[in-house]
This record gives sequence, C-alpha cells and structure tokens, in this order.
Amino acid sequence: MTPGAHLLTVLTFFPALGALALMILRGDDHAWIRRMALVVGTFEFLLSLLLIPGLPLGSSGYRLELNIPWISQPAIHYHMGVDGLSGFLVILTTFLTPISILASWNSVHHRVKEFFVMLLMLEVGVVGVFLSLDLFLFFLFWEVMLIPMAFLIGIWGHERRVYAAVKFVLYTMAGSILMLVGILWLYNATGSFDLVEIQRALQTGALVLSPNTEILLFLAFFLAFAIKVPLFPLHTWLPDAHVEAPTAGSVILAGVLLKMGTYGMMRFCLPLFPHASRQAAPYVAVLAIIGIIYGALVALVQPNLKKLVAYSSVSHLGFVVLGIFSFNPIGMQGAIFQMLAHGISTGALFLLVGMLYDRRHTFEISQYGGLATPMPRLSAFFLFAVLSSLGLPMLNGFIGEYLILLGTYTSHFGLTPNNGWKYAAWAATGVILSACYLLWSYQRVFYGEVTVEKNKTLPDASERERFILATMCAVILWMGIGSVFITKRTAEATDTVRKQMERAGWAETAVPTIGNGAVITSERSSHP
Amino acid sequence: MNPQFPPVADLYRVLPELIWCGFGILLMLFQPFTKSRGFLASVGFFGAAAGTAASYLAYQHTGAGFFELIRSDAFSLFFHLLVGLVAALVILAGDSYLSRERLDAAEFYALLLFATAGMGVLASAQELLTAFIGLEMSSIASYVLAGYRRDTLKSSESALKYFLLGSFATAFFLYGIALVYGTTGTTVLDSMGNADPNSVLLKLGLALILIGLGFKVAVAPFQIWTPDVYEGAPTPVTALFAAGPKAAAFALLLRIFATVPAATQFWFWAFWILAVLTMFAGNLGALVQTNVKRLLAYSSIAHAGYILVAFAAVTGMAASDSPAGAVPAYAAVLFYLLSYALVKVGAFTVVSQLGGKDEKYVTLEDYAGLSQRHPVAAAALSLFLLSLLGLPVTAGFFGKFYIFKAAVNSHLIWLAVLMAVNSIIGAYYYLKVIVAMYMREPAEDSASTAPIAFPATVSFVLVVCAAGTVYFGLLPNQALRLLLEKTLLGGLK
Repeated sequence: MTPGAHLLTVLTFFPALGALALMILRGDDHAWIRRMALVVGTFEFLLSLLLIPGLPLGSSGYRLELNIPWISQPAIHYHMGVDGLSGFLVILTTFLTPISILASWNSVHHRVKEFFVMLLMLEVGVVGVFLSLDLFLFFLFWEVMLIPMAFLIGIWGHERRVYAAVKFVLYTMAGSILMLVGILWLYNATGSFDLVEIQRALQTGALVLSPNTEILLFLAFFLAFAIKVPLFPLHTWLPDAHVEAPTAGSVILAGVLLKMGTYGMMRFCLPLFPHASRQAAPYVAVLAIIGIIYGALVALVQPNLKKLVAYSSVSHLGFVVLGIFSFNPIGMQGAIFQMLAHGISTGALFLLVGMLYDRRHTFEISQYGGLATPMPRLSAFFLFAVLSSLGLPMLNGFIGEYLILLGTYTSHFGLTPNNGWKYAAWAATGVILSACYLLWSYQRVFYGEVTVEKNKTLPDASERERFILATMCAVILWMGIGSVFITKRTAEATDTVRKQMERAGWAETAVPTIGNGAVITSERSSHP
Repeated sequence: MNPQFPPVADLYRVLPELIWCGFGILLMLFQPFTKSRGFLASVGFFGAAAGTAASYLAYQHTGAGFFELIRSDAFSLFFHLLVGLVAALVILAGDSYLSRERLDAAEFYALLLFATAGMGVLASAQELLTAFIGLEMSSIASYVLAGYRRDTLKSSESALKYFLLGSFATAFFLYGIALVYGTTGTTVLDSMGNADPNSVLLKLGLALILIGLGFKVAVAPFQIWTPDVYEGAPTPVTALFAAGPKAAAFALLLRIFATVPAATQFWFWAFWILAVLTMFAGNLGALVQTNVKRLLAYSSIAHAGYILVAFAAVTGMAASDSPAGAVPAYAAVLFYLLSYALVKVGAFTVVSQLGGKDEKYVTLEDYAGLSQRHPVAAAALSLFLLSLLGLPVTAGFFGKFYIFKAAVNSHLIWLAVLMAVNSIIGAYYYLKVIVAMYMREPAEDSASTAPIAFPATVSFVLVVCAAGTVYFGLLPNQALRLLLEKTLLGGLK
C-alpha cells in the first residue's frame, strides 16, 4: 500500500456519501437538491485533480496502490490503483458529472431528488471500474453501474425510454456475465482475482494458456467490452439508449461509459491474452473500420439530430478500437487521447442538442434551420464542438485521430508486414465522412432562413448554459494545444501495456522488422 | 436391541422438531378459547423461534441418534436454522394476511409448525424411511396450507393439484427406497458405503428417489405443478413453499448423493441435463407471465436449476480424482439456499401486502407506478428482484457467483455458459417488474391506487430479509467460512 492511497477510496465512495446526503433532503426542495449535488460533484472533481501530479508508485507499477483483503474465500481483495490510463478517465468522469448536473438544472422536473442520486451513484460505479485492479471488484462496479444508468434512461428519458433502458441492461449483462465466466476460469487457474497476480503468473509461466483456451478467454472478455464500446455489429443498443436518455444521461453515457469498453480492452484483453489479441487484431480492426464507416454513413442520413451524434460515437469509438489493436505506441497513445477527446467533444454536442431540445422539444433536423439568427451564441458554441468532433487541427479531436491513423499506418495486422496502410486508408475515409455529416447537419440546423415560425423567438444560451459550454470549449481548446500534458502522462501506461504483452511472450511472435516503421521506440511516443 | 426409552441425548437431537410439534398442538388447543390473533401469532412465532434456537442444543449432541435414523451435525443445524427462520418470518408476515382474509389463525400456524417439523426431520434424516416420514409430514401440512383459502376456487385447485401430484411423487420416492433397500439390504445411508455402484437396481432406486425429491424442489420435467400451486396458495404459504420445503428436500438430496457411492458419472450427467432443462423451463416460462406471483413461481423453478448446476459440480467432482474439491460446491448450494430463502420470503411478503383483500392486485399493471405510491415497498421489492437477478451487493449475487465458481472449478464451462445465458433471460423478466414499478405511470382506475398498509410485523420481516440480503451481499465471508468448516460437512463424506 502506498501512502495516501485511500484517496482512491475517497474518490470512489464520496459521491455515494453525497447521494446519501441528498436522500435526507426534503424531496420537494429542488433548489437545495441541485445545489447539493453540484457541490458534491464539483468537490469530487477537485479531489480527482490530485491524481495529476506525480504520485507514489506502488510495487506493481500502479500508482497509489491499495490492497486490502475483503473476502477470504475466494480471495477477493479491495485492490485499487491508478495509472496514466485510468487517471485521466477518472478525471473525465468527475469533470462530466458536475457538467451534467448543471445541464439538468432546469430540464429535470419530476423526481428531482432521485435523478441526482442516480447520477451520483453512477459516478461511484464508473470511478470504481476505472480504479479496480481486482477482476472481481472490477466486475462488481461494472455491474453496479448498470442500475443507475438504466433508471436514468428509463425514468427521465424520452418516449421509448423503457425499451431503451431494458435493452441497454440486457445487452451489457449478456456480455458481462460471459466475462464473469472468464474471470472465474482465470481464478480457477491462478487462485487469484488480482490482475497483477494473474499477470505475474502469465509472465513467470506459472499459468500457461493453450492457444484455444486463450482465444476463448479473450472472446469472453472482449465480447463484454465490445458491446460496451460498442463495436459493430454489437452497437444496436447505443442509438436507442442515447436518443432516449435525458441529456445528462447521454453525456455520461457517451462521455464515459463507452470508454469503459475500450479501457477494458487495454487493461485486460491485451495484457492478459496477448497472443489471442494479435490473432484477433485483423478481424477486430476490420470490424472497427466497418464501424467507423457504417456509423458515419448512418449519421449522414439521420433526420434526428441526437441519433446523428449517437452514430458519430459509433464511428469515433471505431477509431479508438483500431488504435488499441494496432499494438503500436503511437496508435495506442492516440486511442487514449481519442477516448478523452471524444468524451469532451461528444459530451459538448449532446449538451448542445439537449439545449435545443429544451427549447423546441424535438430532435428532428427538419424542425430547425436558420437558428444562427435567433441564437448566435449557441450556434457559435455548436460550431466549435462540431469542429472539434470532426478533427480540426488545434482542437482535441485532431490529435487522437491523427495519432491513431499514424499508428495504424505503421502497424502490421495479422503479422503481415506493412499492411497497416490499407487499414489506415479505409479508416481515413471516416475522417472525411465525419466532416460531411457534421458540417452538413450544422448547416441545416443553423444556417439559411428561419423556416419554422416558432424558431424565430427562441432564446439564446442562458448564463448557465454559456458557462457550461464555455468550460467545455476551453477544455477542447486546451486539449488541442496542450496535448503533451496528457500524452506524456499516458505514455507510461501504453508502455506498461506493451511491456506486459511482450513479457507474456509476445516477443516470440515478434513483429517482422521489415520497412522503416516497424521499430518505434516508446520514447518517441511521448512526444508525438 | 431391546426396545427401550431412547437416551436423553437422542431427545435433544430431535428437540427442535419436538418443540415445533408441541407448539403446533398447543395452538390447536388454544383455538377454542381465544380469538386474539395477536396472541396466537405470538405463540406461533415463539414456537418457531424456540424450535430454531433449540437446534443449537441439538447441535451440542452431534452424532447419530435413534439407532442411526437421524444425525445431528452442523449440516442439519444449518437447515434447521434455515427452515426455522423461514417459518418464523412467514408466521409474522402471515398475521396481517390472515386478518385481512378473515381466516382462522391457530390452525394456520399449527400446520406451518408441523410442516417445519417435517422439514427438520428431512434435514437430519440419515435413514430413508425416516426421510420419507419427514417428507410426508411436511407435504401433508403443505397440501392443507395450499388450500387454506378454501372458499376461493384457485386455492382449492392449488391444494388438489399439489395433493394429487405430490402423492404421486411420494409414491416414486417410496418405490425408490424399496429398490435401494432391495439392493443394499439397508435403508441407513451411512451403511451403503460398500454398495455396488454399478448395480442397475440401485441406480434405478436412486433415480426414483431423485424423481420424488425433484418434484418437491420443482425440477423440470416435474415442475408443471409449481405455477398453479404457487399462484393459488395464500401468498405467505407461497413464501413458505418457495423457501422451506425446497431447502429441506435439497438437504436430503445432498446427503444422499454425498454418502451413497453411486454418485458417479451417471448422476453427473443426470444433474447436468436436469439443470439445463430446469433453468430453461423456469426462465422461458417466466418471460410471458403478467401475474407477479406466477412470475416468481417460474423464477423459483429457474433457481432450482441454478442449484442443480452446483449439484452437477458436486457429482462431477466426487466422480473425479479429487473428491475434496466438491466441498466448495456443497457450500455454494447451502449459501445459495440461504440467500434465496431470504429473498423469496421478502418478495412474497411484499406481494402479499400489495395484493390487498382477496389478492386482487397481483398483475404487473397493478404494480405500475408503485415507486410513487409506496416508495419503500417498491425499493424493497426491487432489492429482492435484483438479488434474484444476481446483481452485486446482494446476497443473490454471491449465491450465483459461488455456483458459477463451483461449475468452472469442475470444468463445467458449458454448463456455466448456459447458466449465464439463463441469467440474462432471467434479467429480462425481473427488470419487467422493476420497470413497471419505477418507469410506468399508475393506471387511472382507483382500484390499484388503494392505500397499502405495512403493519409492524410485515415491516419487521422485510427489514430482516432486506438486511440479510445486503449483509450477505457485502460480507459473505462469515457465513461462507462457517459453511466451509469441516464440521459442517463432517456428516458427509
């Protein structure tokens, strides 16, 4: 245990305390409930910023490591830790939660108390997922987080909310329960749920997986994560869940929950099952590219603005998966960056769409048009978010996508030397398509004449909305310019993952060193 | 052996049963003299509690008693505590139900205590005819309890169905005993150690016993009676059925298949197939139910299937080269039964209270918007449903988790995967109830918006069940360590 490690405990359970405090408040005192929730959320965010400075390194390569026995039989430990990968995802979560609380200030009218309680409980689950280093603990948080999200969608969502909520839960559970079987298999073989211990067993040869077993285990984990991401063709829950969820739900869902899938791939699939990951990489990459293009094409023809943003998530997350499975420091760095960038920029888009909905109660693009005239400020913010999402240089979306494409380009899928450029070329069409659907939809919503009479008198962004959007835009810009701040901290995490893969015998099936792009030292990755 | 008065230690070994039966008779004697429901309920509750407490005294005298007919050990202690707890909770929850339905209280509690005594015998029996007597004691009392609302058709139907099919199953059980006796020359389980495991007649006998007990625990394809009986019986009785007899019958099954050497590969496949059939029969059946009572009935079939997965793991392990590996699987069964009993009693108690007079409101529509009308009831029922679903921080999660673990331990990966698939199917219909309570608006007609009362007794039951569910969901350690201790399974091989 490293000193100060209980910061992680505080980080995980502080929102739960906040939720408890909220429950004590009177149910009809909405103003205080909101304020209280905001205070809890903001304080949690400030706490999470403590993760940024150099933290004491634990014995197993994670910072602020905390390992306390919880259940003796089977041996389950309360094992938490943080590294460059999970740290930023936690900060993303704690950042988006107060933003969502602010965004729901006036748009949630009934059962207000329960709403904020659920939002805070969701934060508990998500932060717990990112910080757990014990597979069992991870699974526990992974499941716990489902219920508040399902309630957020099912109670405060739009017309088909119940359908979307149930679909969301069933999809996720279907994947995760298979993961549980996989976790148990690993426990059975190693006698531990501890990620670090299992990795050690794999590295020292105490646990040898036969190729078939490894592939089955890989699939058990990968399926759970792929559903969460969601990877094509497992994405069908996402448009429903996003469109039906209330704005705050969509922001958290797109901003953080999807990243739990990609995070899981990096944290568990790759280090634990390196051979299977390599074997699966070409197929996964193809699915990711299909997702990129398919998501973009569907977004292109969407008449529903919120669904458009939802499908753009499918497309963007495809990039992340591609970057992870390029097994290349640059690509993986890009994937992590894209996770964070997507969380912010898509979060901003959902917030903006939600603000339009608050005013007009529709997501149909055809109901809008020419909105730049009545609401110039909102349209400016919207443009900023759109540009960030489509990957304009200087803004955050560019860096992630660029690094991923670069990494993919120099990668070798399925051990075929230098075939990465084919994958990169296909994926790059997604960048072009994203510009098409985002700009085109922006044009249809904000430019031209005001066609619908009601739209002429729409109020522009309120002070509260301006504050939210300005914060988001500032972060977008900062991530675009000061990306090194993040990449130099995440480099350590990608290195760890790659080292874990290598130590587990990846070197035996080493990358053929043909061409100039094959050997990329990890030093270079820290300063892309 | 001369007939003689049994030694005092033997009496201690059956003390719980004696107390339960004694209080049952006492209640029947009281009935002509008092109309006070509170008094009768107190006597019943006190009897149930005293019997449960007495099982500790029985545990002080571990060992076989009454010429090897019964055995008092940690295993029987566990089941005595379990069925005693269930009986006490059902008596508490039943009080408000009985006064609402204007049913006689004394006989109800008396029958309940007799049934509990039967279950107790079943749990400590180590001789097949004694087990048969225990089975009959609990069954006959159960038949009457199922038809306790005798002026309603459904309740009578429930009783008749239960009685006819139940006696049929008991006949199987008895015939099985005869065959086992024929091949081994004994009915004492401990003496069957050197029976020929390959004897066809022994296998047949055990199969018939399995069928007889399979009926009791609602194993497919002997589960057809369950939904009708559960639906027609008074809801507190349904709570008892779901928790008590099931646990007791599983106890006997565990004892038989842990001590008789025929627990080999043959039985492994039998349990494998039965588990899969039962899980699917329960879960697929539950999918289309709109009556919450029936839904929970189907769910209890499904849960019997999950427990059978652990049985497959037990027999799979016992048949392999490392029989000691079966111990965690036994513990998994016991833990599951405990968590399951708490949850089912809690869930049926909520259903019983929400049902109102004549159990009118038991459909999903009646539950719509419950979270706004009665947030505490909705929260409690949700907790129980989530535990049945197997979500973390509930006892049901660890119950399922340990079974999963046992299955994976015995390399029954495919069985584990099938169980996983079933958990997903199960998730759908449990969510359906939660969705109705939280995400739908209450129906307009005033009937379902009638106020719901939760008297102190019922609240107490719910608090116990909910606290237990959360406690075992957070800290399963204590209970599990107890279950894993060698003494607990000392009576078993």
